[in-house]
Parts: sequence; C-alpha cells; structure tokens
Amino acid sequence: MTELTSLTIAEAREKLKAKELTSVELTKAYLDAIEAANGVLNAYVAVTPEKALDMAKASDERRAAGQVGALEGIPLGIKDLFATRDVHTQACSHILDGFKPKYESTVSQNLWDDGAVMLGKLNMDEFAMGSSNETSHYGAVINPWKAEGSNQQLVPGGSSGGSAAAVAAHLCAGATATDTGGSIRQPAAFTGTVGIKPTYGRCSRWGIVAFASSLDQAGPIARDVRDAAIMLKSMASVDAKDTTSVDLPVPDYEAALGQSLKGMKIGIPREYRVDGMPDEIEKLWQQGIAWLKDAGAEIVDITLPHTKYALPAYYIVAPAEASSNLARYDGVRYGLRVDGKDIVDMYEKTRAAGFGTEVKRRIMIGTYVLSAGYYDAYYLQAQKVRTLIKRDFELVFDAGVDAILTPATPSSAFGVADEDLASDPVKMYLNDIFTVTVNMAGLPGIAVPAGLDHKGLPLGLQLIGKPFEEETLFRTAHVIEQAAGRFTPAKWW
Amino acid sequence: MSVDLATVKRVARLARIAVTEEDANRMVGELNGILGFVEQLGEVDVAGVEPMTSVTPMDMRKRTDNVTDGDKADDIVANAPSTDYNFFLVPKVVE
Repeated sequence: MTELTSLTIAEAREKLKAKELTSVELTKAYLDAIEAANGVLNAYVAVTPEKALDMAKASDERRAAGQVGALEGIPLGIKDLFATRDVHTQACSHILDGFKPKYESTVSQNLWDDGAVMLGKLNMDEFAMGSSNETSHYGAVINPWKAEGSNQQLVPGGSSGGSAAAVAAHLCAGATATDTGGSIRQPAAFTGTVGIKPTYGRCSRWGIVAFASSLDQAGPIARDVRDAAIMLKSMASVDAKDTTSVDLPVPDYEAALGQSLKGMKIGIPREYRVDGMPDEIEKLWQQGIAWLKDAGAEIVDITLPHTKYALPAYYIVAPAEASSNLARYDGVRYGLRVDGKDIVDMYEKTRAAGFGTEVKRRIMIGTYVLSAGYYDAYYLQAQKVRTLIKRDFELVFDAGVDAILTPATPSSAFGVADEDLASDPVKMYLNDIFTVTVNMAGLPGIAVPAGLDHKGLPLGLQLIGKPFEEETLFRTAHVIEQAAGRFTPAKWW
Repeated sequence: MSVDLATVKRVARLARIAVTEEDANRMVGELNGILGFVEQLGEVDVAGVEPMTSVTPMDMRKRTDNVTDGDKADDIVANAPSTDYNFFLVPKVVE
C-alpha cells in the first residue's frame, strides 16, 4: 500500500468514500509526517494534533451518518495569516505574540463547513512581506527541493513559503495561502506545486490579517490542478463581512478540467521577456506555448506596454496600504507590549521591538509616500499607473484573448541567506516581476509546474485570465500539467 | 527625490517606530534605494488618467442598519496585554 500522505485530495476523497480509509488514519499519517519533518523544514509554526484528531473523528462520524462535504476528512494546513479560533494566529510576527483570536476567518470556516481537518498553522514571511519566507519571526522555511548533487538549503519562496513547502513535502493534503504580489504563485513555482490567486473579490478577506487591502487575495496551494480546483471551490464565497467579496455563483472548477482548448486564444506578452532572464526560462515558456498549440489553442503575440511599471507602482501602493493597516499594532489591544515612559513611547518601543526589518522598511516607505507634500508625486501617480496597467489587460482581452501565458518567476529557488539578495531589497522585490501585474489589475493567475532546470529544480508557468474566469485557468493549466507531468522532491529530511 | 537622516527620523516618528541612530542611518540608504527604483513612474504619461480606486468595478454593497454583532466584551479584551473590567489599560494620557 502506498504511503497515505502521498495521496492527492482527489485520491483521498475516493478512498474515504470507498471506506478504504478513515479521516483519523489519514490525519494521523500527516501528523506523523509533520513530527518527522518539521524540525528540518520548519513549515509549521504551530501544529494542532488534538484539534486535528477531534475534527477527523467528527468527520468520520459525519460520513457514517451520510453527511459528506466536498472536503470531508481531508487534512489541510492553514497559513498563519488566517484567523483560526483559539489557535496561534500571528502572521509570523513577534508583534502578535500570543494572539489567539476569538473568531474564524471566512475562508477557513468555509473549509471546515465542507468537512476539512486542520493540521496546524503554516510559516510565512512576516505579515506576508517577503519572497523567500526568511522574514518570518519563526525563521526560514527550507525548501524540500535541493539542487542535484548539492546540499545547499534553498528557500521555498514567499510569502506563502510554509504552505508551498508543506504541500510539496506531503505534510498536508493542501494548504491555504494568500497573494498580494505573487505570494501564492512564486512559492508554488519554487516547490513544484500548483497555486492559484483568484480574481480580487472571489474569496472573502474577512479574518485574514490585512497587508495591502486592494491587492490581498486568498487562494490554495495544492499538489495538482485538480486539487487546487477542489480547494478553491470551497474557499470562495460571497460574505456579508467583506463588502469587496463578489456575489457571483462559485462554479464547479473541477468540471473545467479535461475540456478542449480548441478555439481558445492564448496571448504571449513580449514585455515578459526581461533582460538577464535565464535561457531555461525562455525554453520553458516556448515549451508551454508548444503544448497549448498542440492542444488546439491559437497563440497570439500581445503587448502589455506598462508591464515594467507594475513593480515600482506596487512598491508604492502596497507599502502605503500596509502602513495604514499595520497602524493597529500598538501594544494596546493584542500581542506584544513594551512599556515606555508615556503612551507614545510605549507605541514606539512596542513597534520597534515587534516588527522585523522588512516590515519596518515597508511601513516607513508607506508613511513617507502618504505624507504631506509627497502624496501626489508618489501615491496618486502610482494609482494612475495602476489604471494603465489594468487597461493594458482589458485591451488584450477585448481583442479576443482568453488567457495569457508567461513564466511564473525569473529563476528557480535560490539559497537560504543569499548575500546578494540580502544586501539589496530591490533585488528581492524583482522576484515578483511576472506576478505583481496580476494583483495590480485584480485578475486571476495560476502557477503550474512545467519542468525542471539544469539543477533539477522545479520551474513554473503562469496563466493569467479574465476577471472571474478561473475555470479557463484550471482548464488550460491542466493541459500543461498533463504534458509536463508532476514533480515531487526526493525525500532527504 | 531622496531622503536624508532628518527625514527618516521624522517618518519613523510619524510611523511610531523608535529608531536608533544606527537604524536610521541604515534606512537612509535602503529607502533611497527603493525610492530610486520607483522614480521611473515619473516617466509615464498619465494625462487624463483617473487614479484607480477600486480594482473591480463594483457598487458598495449596503446592508440594513441593524445591530448584527456585539455583546462579547470578554472576547474583545481577551488578547489585550493589560485590561481591567473589560477596559484596555494604557499609560496615563491625561494629567
């Protein structure tokens, strides 16, 4: 018999249904796997074995009584950004020390309502600010992938690095994640997993610790396209508690898999061919084009002229919104407090001790660009550029393009504590160059593994779709997956 | 545009983050690096372009003006570092 933790969500669903497996057995297998691996990979910052087994037992009882939800009995990991009632929720920041909310995020509640089981909370960059998971207060996550013949530890990407590493290393069947500039798609690409950032408004943001409210969106990281489709179906909903959540029916995404690409138009944007991009990425991209063409899609060259301005505009808009959202951490209502000689001194000391370097940097940038005299030059200009970025996409979609194919990242996973990246924040930011446009325009984007580089590390392709046409992305990503195969790291931990 | 040490200290004060002299000096270089990177936005012609206010065109959903939540003072103060009778305690602000 195969290891239980190697089952995808869809496979586990069948075995549970056929009574070949119970949720308690499956959950125990994952808890054992976490126990054995987490000391090395550091993917979880809190494991909740008792809660997991309680939930699994309840799920088995529901199944026996004939009540079977879409994720009945499936053990999942939850990014530490999602509020989970009475369980560790700190956005992996020191400033939220000890915070255990008395409420549950809408997305995680949707999963529990569909029968899923929580294994614990997953590591991430502090407040989702980072592309390597190294800004976490709980330390770096180690990528389960290693280059061939090398023992160097690699990052899993970020900010959803714990989610991606846990899924790739089979420490959960699937994981929740969030994406503000690439935080689902970049770690998915670095770990050979599938990650989708749905359209802004598809998932409720209620109960998710806010980073940049006009960009933040939740989505799943999963082992394959089908599992991602199953998870997003459960995660997505309209929610009275988030007025930006959209009142549109959630389609059966799984039904989109296997549909033909005949008659579909795939756009290839010339602006995504950037200087210094490795030949391997270009080759991967061409391979992806060939696969889609073979499947019957028509390939067209397109232009998205404002692409190069997306990342600089993002580094104004996101820090501006973050500086406002993170004003609430003041040592009064939750988390860390460092006493001072008066209340302002207490605020300043608390925030100095509680926030890490990258978070402070972004709060400082945000505060600066919103300050009197600079608002028009920076923030207003960036919001106008954002309108132009979105318009680029609208023009392409209006011309009949159904989806856009790009590389997911400009490289494969890099080393932990890379000195070059640590010395220049902007270099780290460039990791999101292919993903950030999607957040700026509020569009859905999926990263799907498409091959390995010469070091044997996974590389991903990204598909970008029209608003609320996630089905097109699942359908197209599935074709790439069928052609490329699936990628699993050799176990060394 | 670039920032100097005095500006960094002023911004840190606005952001309510205590910075040491060493922190502030380091931040001057880092912030100028980022500001230098975003400077290229100035070359985009934005004449007649509306700033984005909502990424998906939507009407604000409204609800009836009813009390739908509340009566959970214990929950609200449950995570506070210092409380008394369901009040948050802070250092004295009024003499």
